[in-house]
Amino acid sequence: MSGYWAGILSILAINIIFAYGIFIPVASGQLNLGGAGFQAVGAYSAGWLSASFGLPVSVTIAFGIIVTGVIGVLIAFPILRTKGVYLVLATFAFAEVIAGAILSSEPLGGAMGISVPGYIDWYVSVIFAGLVTVFVFYLMATRFGLTIRAIHDDEDVSDLMGVSVRNVKVAAFGIGAALTGLSGGLYAHSFSYIEIQGFNALVSIYVLLYVLLGGTQTAWGPLVGATFFTLLPEALRSVLPATKNFLVTLFGETGIVAPPDESWRFVILGALTVLMMVFRPEGLVTRTMVERLQFWRPVSRGVTQ
Amino acid sequence: MSAHSPLLSLKDVSKGFFGLQVITDVSFDIAAGARMALIGPNGAGKTTIFNLISGVYTPDKGQINFAGQEISLVPSRKRIGLGLARSFQNIRLMPHLSVVENIMLGQQSQAGGLLSMATPLMGRSRWRREAEDLLARMNLETYPGEVVATLPYGIRKKIEVVRALASNPKLLMLDEPAAGLNPNETASLRDFLMGISEAGTTILIVEHDMGLVRSLCDQAIVLNFGRKIYDGLTRDVQEDPLVLEAYLGSRHAQENAHA
Ligand SMILES: Nc1ncnc2c1ncn2[C@@H]1O[C@H](COP(=O)(O)OP(=O)(O)O)[C@@H](O)[C@H]1O
Ligand SMILES: [Mg+2]
Repeated sequence: MSGYWAGILSILAINIIFAYGIFIPVASGQLNLGGAGFQAVGAYSAGWLSASFGLPVSVTIAFGIIVTGVIGVLIAFPILRTKGVYLVLATFAFAEVIAGAILSSEPLGGAMGISVPGYIDWYVSVIFAGLVTVFVFYLMATRFGLTIRAIHDDEDVSDLMGVSVRNVKVAAFGIGAALTGLSGGLYAHSFSYIEIQGFNALVSIYVLLYVLLGGTQTAWGPLVGATFFTLLPEALRSVLPATKNFLVTLFGETGIVAPPDESWRFVILGALTVLMMVFRPEGLVTRTMVERLQFWRPVSRGVTQ
Repeated sequence: MSAHSPLLSLKDVSKGFFGLQVITDVSFDIAAGARMALIGPNGAGKTTIFNLISGVYTPDKGQINFAGQEISLVPSRKRIGLGLARSFQNIRLMPHLSVVENIMLGQQSQAGGLLSMATPLMGRSRWRREAEDLLARMNLETYPGEVVATLPYGIRKKIEVVRALASNPKLLMLDEPAAGLNPNETASLRDFLMGISEAGTTILIVEHDMGLVRSLCDQAIVLNFGRKIYDGLTRDVQEDPLVLEAYLGSRHAQENAHA
């Protein structure tokens, strides 16, 4: 496989895991705009352990998952006391604090970043993405998944139904953080070099967009969202120059408008985001849509006493 | 709990919001197995009584005993597990969950424990089957997979009753379950509740449809301006001078307001 495709598949797999890490708290109604911060914790935990002690990749990635998961649970308690836009700001602030701490930390390379030994091939991330996808689908089919979605719809009624709202929210946040940590560990070992500038606010915004535009009601949403938005810019990368050549041959260099070039990728991405927010505010994949696609399942009509 | 002590008992319960007294010294008992109506003009405090019993609000004063236990300080989340389940005047189903998922949420207090959280609820799960059976008993079996938000009002109203029942309650509290139902639906709701009552569940119902109240409940409590003004047989309620005054008075007030 060419290096180009290996790189794309690695990024795709990592983005899917990353998106699932954001999806689980979002499915319970907790918007997380600090994704890059959690991912950085996972990446730097794994990277640092690998660079400093030369431990095997399986150990370093597991370490990254645990550290991120524990931090997720610890900050969930204070952070989940806030609601709505304040929760978004709190998660955002968390990511900034992490970035600041890493930037000023000598053992973590500061602004220079660190080289990470222990290279992993693209298929390792792809296998993990498959496992995580199965795990999240399973999780959403359990009673835990049911309570997550119930809390998303109505916290007060969930409480009256006997759901321990705070515990479920903390667990959702912690599991999400652990998955995000996994995506960070895989990133560090796939690209052999990490710098904190790579875990910036734009990264947090993008991953949240994958989830919101993909749809937060089912486990299909993040998968579709992350895949679509990871591959689309790549597709545009080759489509745009071709379009440009075509328009130039048609109208010449000085047409009505200048033919689109590479930089239009982000314009198209932005326009698409706005269009989707308008026409599919609940995301590409909704509950009703999955329900319609499934085969009709006969219902037991027996009346029990 | 002795054999004769009531299932639910309120003693001198009061509640106010920001200096506005909404419930004043309300006391009543509901015997196990009773079918009790809680009636009164709009704004009398009926829903607030439900909120106090289910733990949405804590009383400023007074005691609430349920099944032999003082519950005023029991967290709202734990009360459904004691056998207290309710529906809501404005439907509060989870709009993005399917019908059967809403019912399975109602089973939460029965499922219990950490382990239950990890069990899948798909296909042949015991919980899903029980939820589907419960729906079938209310002739709602055609709807399990539908997402609630898309269903008609009358159907959602019924599903709320089924969700409350899914917790296998000792006391079922329904807040205006027949509001917005047509006469056929109301009649079928009455038969359904009668069946639940005969199976041993105690019922407390807030309802404006006096036909339903008379045919379902033998006893009634009337509230007016947050005070109890009647507690006795349903059949005598409309002859009671205080009750007449409460309803006529409020009607006069309304007419004056419209004039
Ligand atoms: N949370 C609250 N804050 C302020 N006032 C409230 C609150 N809940 C109920 N009330 C007031 O209490 C009174 C009784 O309301 P409610 O119990 O809903 O009446 P009912 O159900 O009998 O129509 C109303 O005047 C209402 O405005
Ligand atoms: Mg009311």
